[in-house]
Amino acid sequence: MLYAIFCYDNEAVTCAWSKEKDAEVMAKLGVVQDKLIAEKRLGPVARLMPTTAATTVRKGKEPIVMDGPFAETKEQLLGFYVVECADLDQAIATAKELAAASGSAGAFELRPLQIFRPGVL
Amino acid sequence: MTDLAWIDAALASSRPQVVAALVRYFRDVDAAEEAFQNASLKALETWRTNGPPRDPTAWLIFVGRNSGIDAVRRAQKSTGLDGDIPVEPDIVDRLETADYRDDILRLLFICCHPELPPAQQLAVALRIVSGLTVPQIARAFLVSEDAMEQRITRAKQRIARAEVPFETPDAAERANRLAVVIASIYLVFNEGYSTASEQAARSELCSEAIRLGRLLLRMYPDEPELMGLLALMLLNHSRIDARFDPGGEIILLDAQDRSRWNRDAIAEGLVLLDKAIRHRSPGPYQIQAAIAALHARAPTPAETDWHQIELLYATLERLQPSPIVTLNRAVAVSKSRGPASALAMIDPLAGPLDHYFHFHGLRGALLEQLGRGADAHTCFKRAIALARSPAEAAHIRQHLDALKNSSS
Repeated sequence: MLYAIFCYDNEAVTCAWSKEKDAEVMAKLGVVQDKLIAEKRLGPVARLMPTTAATTVRKGKEPIVMDGPFAETKEQLLGFYVVECADLDQAIATAKELAAASGSAGAFELRPLQIFRPGVL
Repeated sequence: MTDLAWIDAALASSRPQVVAALVRYFRDVDAAEEAFQNASLKALETWRTNGPPRDPTAWLIFVGRNSGIDAVRRAQKSTGLDGDIPVEPDIVDRLETADYRDDILRLLFICCHPELPPAQQLAVALRIVSGLTVPQIARAFLVSEDAMEQRITRAKQRIARAEVPFETPDAAERANRLAVVIASIYLVFNEGYSTASEQAARSELCSEAIRLGRLLLRMYPDEPELMGLLALMLLNHSRIDARFDPGGEIILLDAQDRSRWNRDAIAEGLVLLDKAIRHRSPGPYQIQAAIAALHARAPTPAETDWHQIELLYATLERLQPSPIVTLNRAVAVSKSRGPASALAMIDPLAGPLDHYFHFHGLRGALLEQLGRGADAHTCFKRAIALARSPAEAAHIRQHLDALKNSSS
């Protein structure tokens, strides 16, 4: 089954990282990703710009465009992975590996995919 | 156990909001700073063993407030005031974004109080809001630690006397404060950017200004000028690695290795500018960001849209007339219409910009292009005398050498 692993953390904290710290975290996460690739389990991966870059379109008769993210939360969605996992246990194990590599606080949300179309990009 | 680097980053990123909230409780900057220190020490102990709290900012405010209450009570007794300190336990839950944003704006506004000379404003904002140490700030401003310590102490004394109202500001006052604070954040950025940026301490000022800009924009997500400010800082800062050669000499925009520009920063800056423009409410920061964006978008100097840049500077000139803006427009004119038109434009500026390095630098370059070597030489000599950094002087010296070589 395909799982989306959504990464949440306080973006004020991750934005306060030094360039070196950021590179170090990315390198460590890269090791986990390489392993997932070797196991042929990794799909699309994305890191999102800070929520200050976000715009929200609220649906309605006349859709309303608003600046900022959809939800004001203490921890923000920073990015996601799509990973093939045999079962929930494996998905949790993968998330734990990513957590150990990130050395950060925050949370991972594991959400099984209902439909997956890789698209044309 | 929590990563120490994470704790450091969490403390640094929470600091502005925590100190701002504590200033609201204690109505005293020193008490707020001290309470923040105490809370940080407790955080280092507690978070390392128990893991981080869900909301580090709220945790620090709560702990800081408790640690500060005794001190404030003592102070109140000795001054005979009987202010009521709120002690209800649900105080942290009630701290919603609206409180945070008024708090942080108030604190920044206090630090940028018009009564303070700009140099004091920047120093005290960096000390109180950003939590940079006195040696760090002293290094960035190229003064001794003692001098910086004095400057900050003096600024704090003035702040204590300045009487900034603590009520929730109305819309007009909020807009006024925001404008003052935006200008100060840009000053911090430029202090780091405009002079010898090869020094890490100066680059730190740029990062700090960007961080404050982000923080404010998170709280005021639909302010186009704030988007413009952040976009402008990100777009300029994207060039930081390409602006100096290994010897610390300035590399001009035209000569920079564009592959060394930070593409992530450019992408984010362009997104923010896009968002700002949607509001159809142009302002000086958005226009400057749009100019920076045109440079960022050009794959090579020759592909720069100088005509569009000239139009943007003309708009900026209308909004914010200044000889410096005209000087910048003249640079664009020299590229799109040639040195003679540009020279005609800047000649009337000779009075107001007589002591300005870039005026004589540009004038010299235009005269050089027009083949008036002797006049150019005079301008470059004047520029070199006005240079504020070795890198600026070195750049003019290259022009002088080129002149000498072409005449000999």
